[in-house]
Amino acid sequence: MKIFQSTEAVIAAVLILVMLAIGFINPAFWGVDNLFSLAKSNVVIGIMALGVLLVMIAGGIDVSFPAIAAAALYITVRTMVAIGYDGVVLPFIGACVLGILLGAFNAFIIERFKMIPLIVTLGTASIIRGLVLGLLGTSIVNINKMPKELIAFGKVDLVSVTAANGATVGLTAMVLVYLGVAVVMHLILRHTMIGRSIYAYGGDAESARRAGVNIRKTIFFVYCTAGLLAGFAGLLQASMIWQANPRDFVGWELDVIAAVVLGGASIFGGRGSVLGTMLGVFTLVMIKNSLILMKVDTTWQRVVVGAIIIIATAITAWRDRKKLA
Amino acid sequence: MVAETRSNSVFRRLLGSDASILQLAVITVVIFVLMTVMNPDKFLRYYNFESITYVMPELGILCLAMMVAMLTGGIDLSIVAIANLAAITAGIYFKQPGVAEALAAGGTGAAFHVTMGVLIALMVGLLSGLLNGVLIARLRIIPILATLGTGQVFAGLALVLTGGPAIAGFPDAWTWIGTGKLLGLAVPFWILIVVAAVVAVILTRTHIGLNLMLIGTNARAAVFAGIRSARMIIYSYTVTGVMAAIAGILLSGRTNSAKADFGSSYLLQAVLIAVLGGTNPAGGKGRVAGVLLALVSLMLLSSGLQIMRVSNFLIDAIWGAFLVVVIAINYLRSAK
Repeated sequence: MKIFQSTEAVIAAVLILVMLAIGFINPAFWGVDNLFSLAKSNVVIGIMALGVLLVMIAGGIDVSFPAIAAAALYITVRTMVAIGYDGVVLPFIGACVLGILLGAFNAFIIERFKMIPLIVTLGTASIIRGLVLGLLGTSIVNINKMPKELIAFGKVDLVSVTAANGATVGLTAMVLVYLGVAVVMHLILRHTMIGRSIYAYGGDAESARRAGVNIRKTIFFVYCTAGLLAGFAGLLQASMIWQANPRDFVGWELDVIAAVVLGGASIFGGRGSVLGTMLGVFTLVMIKNSLILMKVDTTWQRVVVGAIIIIATAITAWRDRKKLA
Repeated sequence: MVAETRSNSVFRRLLGSDASILQLAVITVVIFVLMTVMNPDKFLRYYNFESITYVMPELGILCLAMMVAMLTGGIDLSIVAIANLAAITAGIYFKQPGVAEALAAGGTGAAFHVTMGVLIALMVGLLSGLLNGVLIARLRIIPILATLGTGQVFAGLALVLTGGPAIAGFPDAWTWIGTGKLLGLAVPFWILIVVAAVVAVILTRTHIGLNLMLIGTNARAAVFAGIRSARMIIYSYTVTGVMAAIAGILLSGRTNSAKADFGSSYLLQAVLIAVLGGTNPAGGKGRVAGVLLALVSLMLLSSGLQIMRVSNFLIDAIWGAFLVVVIAINYLRSAK
């Protein structure tokens, strides 16, 4: 019966219960179009969540990733428009490099000045957003100006079927990108030296140091990877919604952190898994998207997300306390 | 430079030998001189300083609230949401048919209802803070996540109550709190002084303040010393909530409106000023005088930059950079 004790199994059970409940209230939930759009909504937030997962396993927290994502997305697209370049691979590399650099900035301050990650990333988020909006402007790059190949990339469908109402709906191929990132992250966390170092550092920094873990390398790896994933997810968002908005992702930090905590990661570090995070993201996105299906007024969304954070953290706190006793 | 050294010694006598306070005083003076030099004949105007005394208090009270939360090693990310929720609840009370009539009639009836509005707002702050305290102290949720969650809930409730748009048209007595004058000084400024004095007395002259510092310095030792930690932490978040509500009253009084997403940039600024003011976010250290000095220095900085027509986005970036620089300075100083 060990499977029922794992965090992932509990989240999965909750997820299925919530799905059944939503489907019972409004059968439209089970429509192919709804399920496909649900899968699509998971991609960008899910990739960001995997970055935050890494930070949280290492015992930190990152609230700058939405700013990093917006910066990477806007700088890349504006550069492409300015020089008239169109393509897919090079821009994504550019966005990832930007993400890594900004993540390295976080890591440098956190590691060098031994400051609480929350406060550092609050500050860097403000710097990044302020510089992007102040120096590059606030105008949105619309679909008519967006690089064509980038949009085409975001439009690729994996399969397309005809829904009940006759419209053709497709499952975006970006789901594969998300799954690919997830597999890589899982392999890094579970099967590499650096992955074990992250768990060790998050579990107990001092013990990890004495056991020979390279603390500096671990911190840099964690925040750079989080930055990389944020930058990547940012540009992916632009190619999926066909516009580049420098004010995108405002407030996402709450949703993503909520999803990661919901997925069983402990903010004290040392705990958390890729599968759990993906389930957490799916649950959160599903509940948010389904509020409309359940005819709940959209103004209640924030209350619901807040309540989910509180309940999920209360349960995790209760679980962790039992372990400590 | 001569003026600077002289004022340094004055400050030294005034503030004792606390190194971090002295450092702040120097920073404040440097910013003051810098802004005066960069904006000759515009910065040193009475009007400029007067407008600062109206805008500063709401942020200042939020900073003090943040400091109180940080004393126990916590943080309160819900203060801005509490401030807005408190102002909105009072605003809705004023819109009730019976209340609106009494307010329109004026006289003692209006005074009574405005007092009720203030009490309602403070009550909202108290209950919100109490909820934070209970979640953190009793359910043992880490402060960042607990207040992140409650912040969403409070902001969400504010949105549900208003349906989105701002509530405008507060009673005259209410706007007087935000824009009026008393004995030649801005009313909000007086309120800031009173709040700061009360917090300073609580922290330095009562057992509650001492207990909070002890909990922040070493939570385990505090428990063994017989301090009722949970209760103290609940007190501190309740006080934080009430202070946030006061800030909400000032903000809505000054702008004569209340909205679910007002003042969102205040959160970062409150954290920044609290840390800049010598508060240790890991707990155990924080002084009202330090936070007030940091507040004044940053208000002077942003006012000077605004006179120079620097874009608000870049001012945000400068605030963030300031935070990082302060972190670095604090680290280098403590490493010595």
